[in-house]
Amino acid sequence: MAAFTIAAGTGNWFSALALGVTLLKCLLIPTYHSTDFEVHRNWLAITHSLPISQWYYEATSEWTLDYPPFFAWFEYILSHVAKYFDQEMLNVRNLNYSSSRTLLFQRFSVIFMDVLFVYAVHECCKCIDGKKVGKELTEKPKFILSVLLMWNFGLLIVDHIHFQYNGFLFGLMLLSIARLFQKRHMEGAFFFAVLLHFKHIYLYVAPAYGVYLLRSYCFTANKPDGSVRWNSFSFVRVISLGLVVFLVSALSLGPFLALNQLPQVFSRLFPFKRGLCHAYWAPNFWALYNALDKVLSVIGLKLKFLDPNNIPKASMTSGLVQQFQHTVLPSVTPLTTLICTLIAILVRTQQMILLPQPPEYQGIQPSIFCLWFKPQGPRGFLRCLTLCALSSFMFGWHVHEKAILLAILPMSLLSVQKAGDASIFLILTTTGHYSLFPLLFTAPELPIKILLMLLFTIYSISSLKTLFRKEKPLFNWMETFYLLGLGPLEVCCEFVFPFTSWKVKYPFLPLLLTSVYCAVGITYAWFKLYVSVLIDPPVGKTKKQ
Amino acid sequence: MEKWYLMTIVVLIGLTVRWTVSLNSYSGAGKPPMFGDYEAQRHWQEITFNLPVKQWYFNSSDNNLQYWGLDYPPLTAYHSLLCAYVAKFINPDWIALHTSRGYESQAHKLFMRTTVLIADLLIYIPAVVLYCCSLKDISTKKKIANALCILLYPGLILIDYGHFQNIYNSVSLGFALWGVLGVSCDWDLLGSLAFCLAINYKQMELYHSLPFFCFLLGKCFKKGLKGKGFVLLVKLACTVVASFVLCWLPFFTEREQTLQVLRRLFPVDRGLFEDKVANIWCSFNVFLKIRDILPRHIQLIMSFCFTFLSLLPACIKLTLQPSSKGFRLTLVSCALSFFLFSFQVHEKSILLVSLPVCLVLSEIPFMSTWFLLVSTFSLLPLLLKDELLMPSVVTTMAFFIACVTSFSIFEKTSEEELQLKSFSISVRKYLPCFTFLSRMIQYLFLISVITMVLLTLMTVTLDPPQKLPDLFSVLVCFVSCLNFLFFLVYFNIIIMWDSKSGRNQKKIS
Repeated sequence: MAAFTIAAGTGNWFSALALGVTLLKCLLIPTYHSTDFEVHRNWLAITHSLPISQWYYEATSEWTLDYPPFFAWFEYILSHVAKYFDQEMLNVRNLNYSSSRTLLFQRFSVIFMDVLFVYAVHECCKCIDGKKVGKELTEKPKFILSVLLMWNFGLLIVDHIHFQYNGFLFGLMLLSIARLFQKRHMEGAFFFAVLLHFKHIYLYVAPAYGVYLLRSYCFTANKPDGSVRWNSFSFVRVISLGLVVFLVSALSLGPFLALNQLPQVFSRLFPFKRGLCHAYWAPNFWALYNALDKVLSVIGLKLKFLDPNNIPKASMTSGLVQQFQHTVLPSVTPLTTLICTLIAILVRTQQMILLPQPPEYQGIQPSIFCLWFKPQGPRGFLRCLTLCALSSFMFGWHVHEKAILLAILPMSLLSVQKAGDASIFLILTTTGHYSLFPLLFTAPELPIKILLMLLFTIYSISSLKTLFRKEKPLFNWMETFYLLGLGPLEVCCEFVFPFTSWKVKYPFLPLLLTSVYCAVGITYAWFKLYVSVLIDPPVGKTKKQ
Repeated sequence: MEKWYLMTIVVLIGLTVRWTVSLNSYSGAGKPPMFGDYEAQRHWQEITFNLPVKQWYFNSSDNNLQYWGLDYPPLTAYHSLLCAYVAKFINPDWIALHTSRGYESQAHKLFMRTTVLIADLLIYIPAVVLYCCSLKDISTKKKIANALCILLYPGLILIDYGHFQNIYNSVSLGFALWGVLGVSCDWDLLGSLAFCLAINYKQMELYHSLPFFCFLLGKCFKKGLKGKGFVLLVKLACTVVASFVLCWLPFFTEREQTLQVLRRLFPVDRGLFEDKVANIWCSFNVFLKIRDILPRHIQLIMSFCFTFLSLLPACIKLTLQPSSKGFRLTLVSCALSFFLFSFQVHEKSILLVSLPVCLVLSEIPFMSTWFLLVSTFSLLPLLLKDELLMPSVVTTMAFFIACVTSFSIFEKTSEEELQLKSFSISVRKYLPCFTFLSRMIQYLFLISVITMVLLTLMTVTLDPPQKLPDLFSVLVCFVSCLNFLFFLVYFNIIIMWDSKSGRNQKKIS
């Protein structure tokens, strides 16, 4: 009986949470899945039935392999399990093949791989300082954090309804963050390097890793004021770090280098032929930019400033349009977005590198940077990482709305430790998650997405409010008003709009509204995070509170 | 309540699970010519919408009673009519007379599932939440955990949202729960009104009627039959009669109408039992074919006697000593007696036992969880037929985990926690060595769970031998029936020994 008790995990809330969400994922198996399902089936087929030299050339299906080699190997391994489920799904010519066994296999593979994610969450929970232990279990930061991560709405719908393998990738990322917190830098670097070769979107946060490892691992000592002691630079550490990254990359890209296919691989990985925004605009700076352009052009037409004949035909909201011209504002090129992103990221990282700080900074807040560098170490890194992810989301080229998860998940770690971060996190998460709604547009999934969103949002807001109830309220009236506005917006877009006559005339209006509304919130959160990072109060004070 | 947000979360989890289960297949999907219970429900909408009230229960050229004729009380019919109006608004094809038979489409499935969810959201879920909030002597956290476990009970979810029962269980059980809530909070009139609605929605609610009757009668006795008690009795009688008259109004106009409805509601000629069901008669059938040996009226009398005898002690006890806890336990034992011994029982009727068991979940967590697991298991053959294996396994596991973590049931297996203290003390007077009860129950639990898991695995993976095509479903019924018999004995024991311990405690304190 005793053994049974332990196996069933009596009183072990973590395993109950993990099992609970796993069961929920199993219930989501029969839901709608997007074309990504076929994408991954096709990759299974490619890696299983073709020699490695063909992987990045095969183009029978339009969904060609465009993830780095580790992911291809991952699919290759999966395919050897898949053949016991249904041999037919491994045929490259079997386009859009979807038997019930294929469905089960693919869904279960995602659920199974999430074990890594659960483990990473477990590790992350260890890194949270448990000083603020409440009486109740549900008020402990660790409990809240594990719910926020494991039951994350975005991850659930993107992975287990829409269909993608983000879970274990984020698991790798969280694991590497946890290792950095635990001062096991080499492992952290290793996991991140592996992650980069699974999915290259994580390059967005690579600057944070690079700078942090350079700063707090390669320099072994600090001056008393916290700035770097230049002569403490450790060549051994740099070389070992470099070696780790190099070996991982060699393992991944080596075979393709040997086959002389590297240019082909890279052309698949970085397709710059797509447009500035996706058919559905990700809620970032460019969504606002596009909307402004649209408004200006409408006003211009009304007031006869613009000649209707000169207006480009491709309307930005008509879907499937990959490239278009702005009407009033200057058009944006990939280079512009790159520069914007770099500027946004650099300002932040520059602080980490710049050692003799500008005197005016030292004059105003001499203690900030000392505390920033030393005691705040990994937490500072985490903020930097979040900011990197968010900045690239704000200004990146052809950003997908799913990329917001890249900022939301690391931000969860911050949110349970400081009230200020919690408030930014809540705005970011709620709007970010809401912006994922258009991913699921089928009627049977409508209740699911609303219920799950409510579940996560109500939980995150109330639990964080309870956690920081002694401090000032998390939201001011403006933020509350904005967040409440999401409700009417959803009602208008999904319940009222389909019954109006505009449905035929402006079919993309709800998407545009959603995107612009969310872009406002995310931009606000980004700005607030940016400011809070720049004028961060000393940690000592917050801890004393 | 300061923890309102946790309660909201619990309700949202319950709703999410319900909706995800409803994405699965339903009974009789794509199986002409009779289809299944889903089609029955749709057909009733068609009948009630297109025919005048007088013809609802009569066979005619427009209403073939052999094809899913209406055989539930008037409230069900009114509910169908209401749904039919909504269906008419969305798509008239769904309820067109004759031509809509066997209508199936994604949109229609969505519509039907939504009607269940709305009924559930309006009636059952608020009752559960209120019930849990009204519980005394336990912490807020426990109340919320209790609500979570009740809302996650897989049997009800799978039958209503997966199988698509031809009558919304959540409505009838919800009304019954409102009744329990009313009666235990001393709003007797509202409680009896709610319970009358439950009976008028589904006649199987009669399983619960005796405890209600005895409890209310006992209350009247307690107040003194000459004074306040008599007033209460008259008021109750008026409420019951009035609510029945209101529900049956269109059918009281002619005698033939009323009789026909009653004939439809109680089809005595359908035999002792029909499908495989985990009660005594069906299990006994393995050894002896009672159905073929005995004439029908003897079967009827026999089942009546057995039922009556098995529920008599608990009911007498409740009438003499009415208490809220005794009432809930008597609900369990009465419903269980009916399920095990009465005439023409459906396997789905086990839900009528499960509901009161859910109500004692916080008091006897170990036994209740065990019972609820067995009850879900007894539905296995039905669920497998509807291709609901995956959601059944998942929801059962979720329910089990919820119970284990919120009540830590395995630490609550002492005699005291099983409420068997006074029983074992009185046995020990004669048998001093009777100290192994709690250990024995733990082993029984292990054996029962292992059997259930093994049988499930066998049913799913193995093909039954050619000669015995029903081997596994009979085994499932037999095993569940044994478990249910054990539970009947157990619940009767704790009812009979219950208030003695209560009195002793009072004396001590």
